[in-house]
Amino acid sequence: MSTAADKLGTQPLDVAAVREDFPILHQSVQGKPLAYLDNAATSQKPRQVIEAVDHYYRMDNANIHRGVHTLAERATQAYEAARERMTRFINAASEEEVIFLRGTTEAINLVAQSWARPRLEPGDEILITELDHHSNIVPWQLVCEQTGAKIRAVSVKENGELDLDSFEEAIARRPRLFAVGHVSNALGTINPIKHLVERAHAHGVPVLVDGAQATPHMAVDVQALGCDFYAFSGHKMFGPTGIGVLWARRELLTEMPPWQGGGEMIKMVRLDRSIWNDLPHKFEAGTPNIAGAIGLAAAADYIESLGIDAIGAWENELLRYATVALEAIPGVRIIGTSEKKSSVISFVVDNVHPHDLGTILDSDGVAIRAGHHCAMPLMEKLDLVATARASMAFYNTQEEIDALAGAIRKAQEVLG
Amino acid sequence: MDLKDLYHEIIVDHNRRPRNFRRIEKATRVSEGYNPLCGDKLRLYVVEKDGVIEDVAFEGSGCAISMASASLLTERLKGKPAKEAEDLFGQMHSLLTGQGEEVDVEALGKLAALEGVKAYPSRVKCATLCWHTLHAALEGEEIATTE
Repeated sequence: MSTAADKLGTQPLDVAAVREDFPILHQSVQGKPLAYLDNAATSQKPRQVIEAVDHYYRMDNANIHRGVHTLAERATQAYEAARERMTRFINAASEEEVIFLRGTTEAINLVAQSWARPRLEPGDEILITELDHHSNIVPWQLVCEQTGAKIRAVSVKENGELDLDSFEEAIARRPRLFAVGHVSNALGTINPIKHLVERAHAHGVPVLVDGAQATPHMAVDVQALGCDFYAFSGHKMFGPTGIGVLWARRELLTEMPPWQGGGEMIKMVRLDRSIWNDLPHKFEAGTPNIAGAIGLAAAADYIESLGIDAIGAWENELLRYATVALEAIPGVRIIGTSEKKSSVISFVVDNVHPHDLGTILDSDGVAIRAGHHCAMPLMEKLDLVATARASMAFYNTQEEIDALAGAIRKAQEVLG
Repeated sequence: MDLKDLYHEIIVDHNRRPRNFRRIEKATRVSEGYNPLCGDKLRLYVVEKDGVIEDVAFEGSGCAISMASASLLTERLKGKPAKEAEDLFGQMHSLLTGQGEEVDVEALGKLAALEGVKAYPSRVKCATLCWHTLHAALEGEEIATTE
């Protein structure tokens, strides 16, 4: 009997069928079937995305917003349709609030330089967390150096969750901004963004969310989250590299001066002064990554065609399966056991350094990440130099996790 | 590529039981090496007297390749003229990167066990870290990095 939920597209994923959409997954590495478990670093692209980019370059390539010829109109139309697509993807109130940039890193840098820099004074605080990725640490360090403001960080607990007492204490000091990752790339912790935003707003503090690790795995509704800025990347959500989005509330974007000057971001230029273009173009100086935006929109279509709930359900199953499989291996310790986790498992193996593990796993075709995951303060806090990290996407299988577990045992034999 | 070429018996042995893994209080030269990519760190102690390396030891943490490379380095250099250490730095660099001067692999003895690293470009820095640190120590510099 079919239920209402089925009609809404929440049927379980047909993983075998989904894998057919990803050409790259069907290859051997070192003579073994590839098990790609490094999705938190970058995800693979379905043919729908590859074809959208291919089609643009084969048929429509032209510069946007300027030409009067057919190709220019097609390219402009496709680029702005992509913006409209991403507006719906995150439930933004308006297309004017969706800025195409190179990625999460550029989006955070834009907010640091255009929004924060003119507002910060010596002694002001920017609040981040010990869980954050370098891209949500270093842009704030730069702007603090420029303005005399200071960084404070919310503590993280042993299990990888944010310490909410530490957060309350820090937010009560009324920092100028709270910048926080939605999902930790290093440990998979899902932060309680809605709660954090409510508490921050109660103290009059705006919130920026680094959503790089969230958009591939869960529905993101910026209005429901209530945050002020939301940044994410295309390449982590099955889209192209070099494209990403900054979403911000319209009134914030209106107040912000342009960050980079150039073509497209102006209405009128005289040699002594210029008038800035309207949103969102004010923040898109120069020729943007048109093909990237089109590919990103195709990725959003793809995710929604599978159903984000179905994706989440399968990834939870993979996380559960992988947790059981790794816990069963003596000498393996999982780092980060937050109650709410995305499909990331960070772990260490007794007597086997993560780098050696990465190399030995690769010899079995298993691709994982080894290192500090661009979260050095977190590693220091947890007293680790590095971890191995397996990060799953919806196209991964239990067989691939079996291959991971088998390769870990092999590494223990080689080096243990 | 065979994993055994990389994790040669000698490498595995020196990783399990690193030789000269200790601090030397009265070292004439001390240098630290960092690989910012993976967080590996190593402190190398050298006691040099009249142009001869009388003692050499290291401390630190890192992968099997970096630990074994450092262990083999200390074993090889103890009692040798400091000048030989510089030569060896050049030879090991060539051996590990596959670039530069021709290397007489046989003359390297146990150090030749590191030759397999050449086939794993992402691991070359692990093996060269201690050699860069040695070079820095001999040059009188306190810090070396692989970047």
